[in-house]
Formats: sequence, C-alpha cells, structure tokens
Amino acid sequence: MSERIRMVFSGSGGQGVITAAIILAEAAVIYEGKNATQSQSYGAAARGGSTRSDIIISDGEINFPEVTQPNILVCLTEEAYTTYSPIIRPGGTLLTDSRFVQITRKVDARQVELPMYETVMEKIGKPVVFNICVLGALLGLTEILKPESVMAAIADRVPKDFLTMNNRAFDLGLVLGAQFRK
Amino acid sequence: MNKKVRFLQGNEACVEGAIYAGVDFFAGYPITPSTEIAERLSEYLPQRGGKFIQMEDEIASMCAIIGASLTGKKVMTATSGPGFSLKQEAIGYACMAEIPCVIANVQRGGPSTGNPTHVSQGDINQARWGTHGDHSIIALTASNHQDVFKMTVDAFNMAETYRTPVILLFDEVIGHMREKLVIPEEGELEIVDRLRTSVPKDVDYHPYLPREDGRLPMSDFGGEHRYNVTGLFHDMWGFPSNNPKIVNELLRHLVDKIDNNVQAITRYKEHCLEGAEYILVSYGSSARSAIHLAQNRRNKGEKIGVLELQSLWPFPTELVREKCARAKAVLVVEMNMGQVLTQVKAAVDNPDRVFLANRIDGKLITPSDIKRLLRVIQGRGV
Repeated sequence: MSERIRMVFSGSGGQGVITAAIILAEAAVIYEGKNATQSQSYGAAARGGSTRSDIIISDGEINFPEVTQPNILVCLTEEAYTTYSPIIRPGGTLLTDSRFVQITRKVDARQVELPMYETVMEKIGKPVVFNICVLGALLGLTEILKPESVMAAIADRVPKDFLTMNNRAFDLGLVLGAQFRK
Repeated sequence: MNKKVRFLQGNEACVEGAIYAGVDFFAGYPITPSTEIAERLSEYLPQRGGKFIQMEDEIASMCAIIGASLTGKKVMTATSGPGFSLKQEAIGYACMAEIPCVIANVQRGGPSTGNPTHVSQGDINQARWGTHGDHSIIALTASNHQDVFKMTVDAFNMAETYRTPVILLFDEVIGHMREKLVIPEEGELEIVDRLRTSVPKDVDYHPYLPREDGRLPMSDFGGEHRYNVTGLFHDMWGFPSNNPKIVNELLRHLVDKIDNNVQAITRYKEHCLEGAEYILVSYGSSARSAIHLAQNRRNKGEKIGVLELQSLWPFPTELVREKCARAKAVLVVEMNMGQVLTQVKAAVDNPDRVFLANRIDGKLITPSDIKRLLRVIQGRGV
C-alpha cells in the first residue's frame, strides 16, 4: 500500500486553519501530482468558533475522506488541543503554538511546541500570515511535501502585493520547524 | 503548472462539467450546500457570453430555465432539499412539455429545512416522484469529482437526447469536499447538441410530431416558427387536447422514451466485484466508504465487492439483479431510511438477503459502520 498521510488542522475561525489546509492539499495535487482530499465540518461557526479540517495526501486512491486517527495533528487553540489530542495516531506528530496552547496531556506522539505566533508578530507584525508560518513549520518539521510546492500554491492564492510577506512568514516557519526535524 | 489539473470542491467540479457541456444559462436561488454552483457560474457565465440570474425564489428559477431552454439555450439550476421541493411543479411542466434542463440537487438532511450543513441522501424518491402524475425521469449521481464532472456532462447530453429534465443528485460531502479533477481535453467527451428542426421558415412546424427515431426536433422559441407550449396534454401542434387517444399516446410516450432506454442511460462502476460473496450497493459519498471497506477487506482475502450506481432513475433493475445473482448477501449502503434498498429488494431474486446499512444523523457513514453490520450478517458478531 502506498504511503498515506492523514492530517487534522484545528483551531478557531479567523486563524486561517482552513486556508492552510487547502493550500497544503492543493500543493500536493497541483505541484507534486499526488492525490489529496480536504474536508471540513460546516456549521454556523465562523470567526471565533472552533474549526477543524481533515486532509489526506496519498500516491494512491483516497476514498473515505475523513481522518479518524491523524499522523499529523495541528492544534492552534487550547480547546482544539483538549478536543483532538486524544485521537492522534500513536507515534504521530502533534504541532502546537506556544502562545495559544499549554501542553497538559501526555500523548503517545512527538509533541512539538513552537512560538509561531510570537515570531510572526515580532518579525512581521501582521497576524494574518500566522497560518502560513504554521504551514512553514510543518514543512520544516516533516517531509510531507517539498517546501517549493507549497510556496507555489501560496503564490497561486495570495494577492501579489502580499506575496513577499507570506513568503517571509513561510520561511520563518520553516526555520522554526527544521530545528525539530527528526 | 498543468492548467487542466485542478483542486476544487465537488460543486465546482459540477460547474466545470456544465461549462464543458456548453451551459449558456443559469437561474437559481442560493441554498446550502449547493451555493458554490451558483457562485461559480455567476462568475463564469457572463465572461463567456452566457446569462446568470439570481431569481426571487426556486420556483421562478425553475420557470426561468424552462423558458431559456425553449429559446435554444443549454440550461441548469442548482438547489438543495427545500428548494428542490419548490421546483417540483415546474419540473412536471418540463416533463410534460419535453423541455431539456438540468437540475442539481446537492442533498442535505430533510424533511423541511432539516439539517442544512450536513449530509443526507434523502431525496432519491423525491427525484423520482416529487412532481405529480405518471412520468419518467433521469437522475444521475457520483462519488468523486472526476465522476461529478462526467455525470454533469452526461446530464446535459441526456436532457437533449431525451428532451427531459435530468436531476443531478449530489450530496453535501461531495459538494463541499475538495479533491483532484483533471479536466478532459476538448473532444475527449461526447457533447450532444440541441436537435433543431430542418423545417424552413414559413413552413408548418409541428413541435410535438416525433421523427421516425422518436426524437422531437426543436425550434428556438421566438425564432422562425410560431407554436404553442403547454402543461396540458397536447396534440402535435402543442395545443391542449383531452382526446383520449392523444392523452393515452402522449403519456405512454413520456414514460417509454426514458424507460425503454434504461440500458443506454445506466451508469455504474464495479469495485472488487469479481467473485464477490458479499456485495455493497451504494452511490454518492456513501459509496466512498463502501469502496474503502471493500478494498481493505480484499487485501485481507475477504470477498467483498461494491456495485456503485451512478444512474438511480430509471433504476437499473436488470443490472442489479444480474450483478447480485450469486451474492450470499447484499448490503445497500445509503444515508436515508432505505430508498434505494426498496429498489434493490424489488430487483433481486432473493430479497430476504438484502440488508440496509444506513446512517441518518448528518454524519458520513464510515467504513466501520458498514463493517459492523456486515459482520453481523456474516454471523461473525460485532
């Protein structure tokens, strides 16, 4: 069976969790010729509500699009962390932001806590690119896709005037994540 | 970057299919979870010389596409449960007046306003019998974006071929999920264009006089010929009639033109079906869970296969009977109280061996849900 990466991105509405999930899955399909699905729970929740997006990336066919046990879990709020950390696949990777999440639970996973929000605010000063920094960190930490593929997908989605800022956020994330690469 | 490879929502894949098929006109009233179809077409259609109209409600939208189709345009609308209910009267009119049109229903939980943001497959029977009176209808569905594209193209083709409304029965999971779509090259898929009359201007044109092959060539309304269109039973001129012979012949024609072509209309896929002892019959997003389970169990040596239906109406009775003939048991996997189950039971020789694996709580049925039921049927316990 071909390699299959199952991911859950979680946080609160307005953090760009869904956008980050779409960019990552799109990069896999468009720039690396893989298959990917991205889905999310729809509800009345928007800014401030809790959000979750499931992403599966695979060289093979993907049928059931939901993730029950993620290899990679990203939690950007305390609530998301409490809700989803128990479902991580044993030996998986759990990425949290140190500003928003206090790690309390002991889970059978590699827990990586990074100051992504603080770094973005300190070096760029715009919280809008926080999600792109998270993507950078994830790509620094793991080898899901080539960073160039994700950067190309970002360039497709982001207005030209904001591209430099987004690339910078992505690079900051990459450096943060790379320190913990296995 | 390959422009033909896209990563998009099922609703957007439907739009891409409609554009490929040559859609000229869309009228609709946005409703979750179908809104992206209207949204994307509101952008595309004006760019390519087409028309997009957001109407005051769903009934008006249905009436608008009927009118536009008569003038020679390829038309569609999109909705979900509550809107689909409202469109029914005009769908009946399109059946009676034989007007090609495509209606996408991205299913959500019902009845009434129900469960707007969650998945359901509860409108299967409504697609068949939502409008009153004897008639036949075509309804297509799909479980992935490549097939959403293809079924949308087929829907436009069948609407033209049979001069009938064609229903696209998608669901919330397919509509909102994003995955890959490879847009076929021009000419790769067949496109059926409007069959127009060869009767010249100023010569009598009979709008409802079939050719030898049974097809009815159309004349763009408001163009070269004057003719009548009505929801009443009508003669070859399109004028109302209650002559028993005319009523009898027209009703038979409306049913036969579709039911006699069930083989040509049938669309399906087989997954691990060869030598399967247990067959899962499914469609739409629930088929994804069924296929997931079948492939998984096949790797472990279990003989489980999936018959994925892509055309639900006219129901492919013969196909289901033939494919399920040697199965120890058949499990119909759907997200309703057994709407396709009834059809499958009626199709097979041994209906007592047909079971329902369903979920109706707004969540996508999972491979584990199906596996649990299958184990019980197999006598292996949960």
